Amino acid sequence: MFSSESLISAHDLTKKFGSFTAVDHIDFEVYKGECVGFLGPNGAGKTTTVRMIYCFLPLTEGELSVAGMSVATQAREIKNMVGVAPQEDNLDFDFSVIKNLQVYARYFDISKAEAEKRAKEQLTFFQLEEKKNVLISELSTGMKRRLILARALINEPQILLLDEPTTGLDPQARHLVWEEVRSLRKRGVTIILTTHYMDEAAALCDRILLMDNGKVIEQGRPSELIKKHIGADVLEVDNDEKLLQTLKAEFPDAQFETFGDRIHVFTTQPHGVFERFLEKNPFTNVTIRNANLEDVFLKLTGRGLKA
Amino acid sequence: MTKISDSPVKFAVPRLTYKVWRVWRRNFDVFMKTIRVNFLPSLLEPILYLVALGVGLGGFIQSVEGMPYIDFIAPSLVAISIMYGSFFECTYASFVRMYFQKTFDAIIATPVSVEEVIAGELLWGATRATINSTTVLLVIAAFGVVSSPLFLLVPLIAFLGGLMFASIAMCFTAIAPNIDFFNYPAFLLVTPMFLLSGTFFPLSQLPPLVQTAAQVLLPLTHVVNITRGLVLGRTEAFLLLSLVWIVVVTIVFFVLSINLMKKRLIK
Repeated sequence: MFSSESLISAHDLTKKFGSFTAVDHIDFEVYKGECVGFLGPNGAGKTTTVRMIYCFLPLTEGELSVAGMSVATQAREIKNMVGVAPQEDNLDFDFSVIKNLQVYARYFDISKAEAEKRAKEQLTFFQLEEKKNVLISELSTGMKRRLILARALINEPQILLLDEPTTGLDPQARHLVWEEVRSLRKRGVTIILTTHYMDEAAALCDRILLMDNGKVIEQGRPSELIKKHIGADVLEVDNDEKLLQTLKAEFPDAQFETFGDRIHVFTTQPHGVFERFLEKNPFTNVTIRNANLEDVFLKLTGRGLKA
Repeated sequence: MTKISDSPVKFAVPRLTYKVWRVWRRNFDVFMKTIRVNFLPSLLEPILYLVALGVGLGGFIQSVEGMPYIDFIAPSLVAISIMYGSFFECTYASFVRMYFQKTFDAIIATPVSVEEVIAGELLWGATRATINSTTVLLVIAAFGVVSSPLFLLVPLIAFLGGLMFASIAMCFTAIAPNIDFFNYPAFLLVTPMFLLSGTFFPLSQLPPLVQTAAQVLLPLTHVVNITRGLVLGRTEAFLLLSLVWIVVVTIVFFVLSINLMKKRLIK
């Protein structure tokens, strides 16, 4: 699906803010045409990593190159080919919706006529046409997110950086964003996104880099990660010491984790084992479901709340 | 392990390209959009000063340095508008764009550098000074105060002086923890300049020490000297000294303010 040509390459990448190490000697590659998701709890270093890629933050140590160019010396060339949708809302409050896109296009030296054409296309796709002449302060959160995305595409980037692109969006708007991400990927755009939503990462990303405390703690395809760390099925049931012993006896190979008042049983055995067990031992309040990325996330980064 | 540096920002002469004008243009577009509320009130202010101080107060004053009082203060009003136009643009207005609207962050994600963003802001501050002071110039011309064709050079001085005040202002913006901080430079620097730069009375009225301080330290003194010389056609050699003073201070603060802002914005 994507080539083996590395487009973004980080070696020993480190970012310190004073004595705090936000990104701690990480290595990763992003290949041309793939969609990579940076997952991790708040404060894991995802946004800092993304900001170094678009040359917003200088590196403290290590190397980072984009399309063979160093972020330290060729920032302008890199920024020309990158589209950025930041987490915070930094739309231009002094301008209307369409003027936001036109002024932004001017920073890229896009001609007036071309900027107008692209702006209209983006507004149509993101269903913002009716709001064309409205000031930013009059937009809803969802509309602002969509406009930030439209703005990130105005220079027709080869690399798109999406920092929590769907936070605060309703399901309709989320799916609109997903649709756009998929269609851009089909057109060969390389995409990096950070997200807290595991379904989003599973739905969009070819590959996941899981970060915690400034380090990449695991990476791989979503399905591989689930298989490797969790298995196929998960059984969830109310916490009860006697029940736990019964389950452990029944499933000696399974993994058990207790989260608050629920027991999670992970198994790599084929589908159906839990169902057959339940037919003989009917419990109340029991759920059997497919293992998902959220299980992996919680298992590897822990359940405690982060900063 | 390659250690790049302890502090991400090193003091340097800024490297600028034409992209500076993209930032300038952004501010110009906003100005044009709000010209009615931004610009027209500024017409009224010099008229009020000329009537109240020039005609009203001036009625009690025989003459100052051999000229009618209204002639003495009218060029000062032009100089003061240069200072106000650029100083407030590059303190309050720049701070709002940087801190509240995150406009700088948005621009830095495009092929425009931090240096170019700040330089664009400074040039825009100088432009505001030029626009505002040219308006005042037209008003005082209407009052019949302008007596030399040299007044046509005033917009050039306005741009240069504006760039100086913008650069000084931007240094405060670079260190301002919050927007209320600007009360300090506004009351401790701008107001003293407004009153003590040979604006409303000749500096020779002041004790020698204060006089010297006003000439050596207050940028507005030099801008007032030159505008008065050009508007009234009184060109003397010391004006050249004022011009050199302005050029040197402008260069120093232009470079300094961009470096301080880089330090603030690049983490």
